[in-house]
Amino acid sequence: MNLEIVPTTHYLFLSAILFVIGVTGVLIKRNAIVVFMSIEIMLNAVNISLIAFDRYLNLHDGQVFSFMVMCVAAAEVSVGLAIIISLFRNKPTTNLDEFNIMKS
Amino acid sequence: MELLIFYPLAGLCIVFALGVIINNSPVNSAMSLIGMMLGLAGIFILQQAHFIAVLQIIIYAGAIMVLFMFVIMLLNLKDKGEDDKWKSRDRNILMNFLGGLLALGVLYKIIDTINADDFSSPAIPPETFGTVREVGTILFTEFVLPFEVASVLLLVAMIGAVVLAKSKVD
Repeated sequence: MNLEIVPTTHYLFLSAILFVIGVTGVLIKRNAIVVFMSIEIMLNAVNISLIAFDRYLNLHDGQVFSFMVMCVAAAEVSVGLAIIISLFRNKPTTNLDEFNIMKS
Repeated sequence: MELLIFYPLAGLCIVFALGVIINNSPVNSAMSLIGMMLGLAGIFILQQAHFIAVLQIIIYAGAIMVLFMFVIMLLNLKDKGEDDKWKSRDRNILMNFLGGLLALGVLYKIIDTINADDFSSPAIPPETFGTVREVGTILFTEFVLPFEVASVLLLVAMIGAVVLAKSKVD
């Protein structure tokens, strides 16, 4: 193994581990804000993969795509946090288990 | 030499990411998330993606985390004891077990897939790889339509946030 350059697989492993940590956070946390943070971890994990393949193929398309991912993340966070604030007005909690107003 | 930089950075990222889901208080989770974002910026620099690394610090560690901290402070979330504890949801132990199994299965499958292919060390990139000039050129020639659509998306998100968070008293 060449010690000078990090193999692409290492970045992919890091990406996979971070993605699974994000999935675990979404599954086990009950605080809506921390669930949002876990979604951010997943988006970042995907960015690592995109940039690793981009570097592997010597293209710039992956960097442009991760730029788009960042745009979507910013839009998603702003709308999501606004939803949390408007839910908080109805019921002063961020515990996801207590929001069952859509259940008939 | 790069590996000596990569391993500490990757370990730092994983520890901070675990910190996000293990911490009880949302403020501590947000702080861990900032640490993870900064570590990832280092990893992007290691991958010669300087432009994305700077954007990572400005957008994620700057704007998005400020938004998170702002909402946490605004809602005044306290540690309500059991509320945010890292523990199984009530009456859902079976579902938790299945969820954990699913997460481990996904991790196993991803690692299996990565190992099945042979990604040898990448080629030496040209000197200008990943600079703002290179990424900006491709962004404004080949990808100019997605770029404009992204600006419309951000505008719509801004309007949506204003409408959603608006007070009911008009």
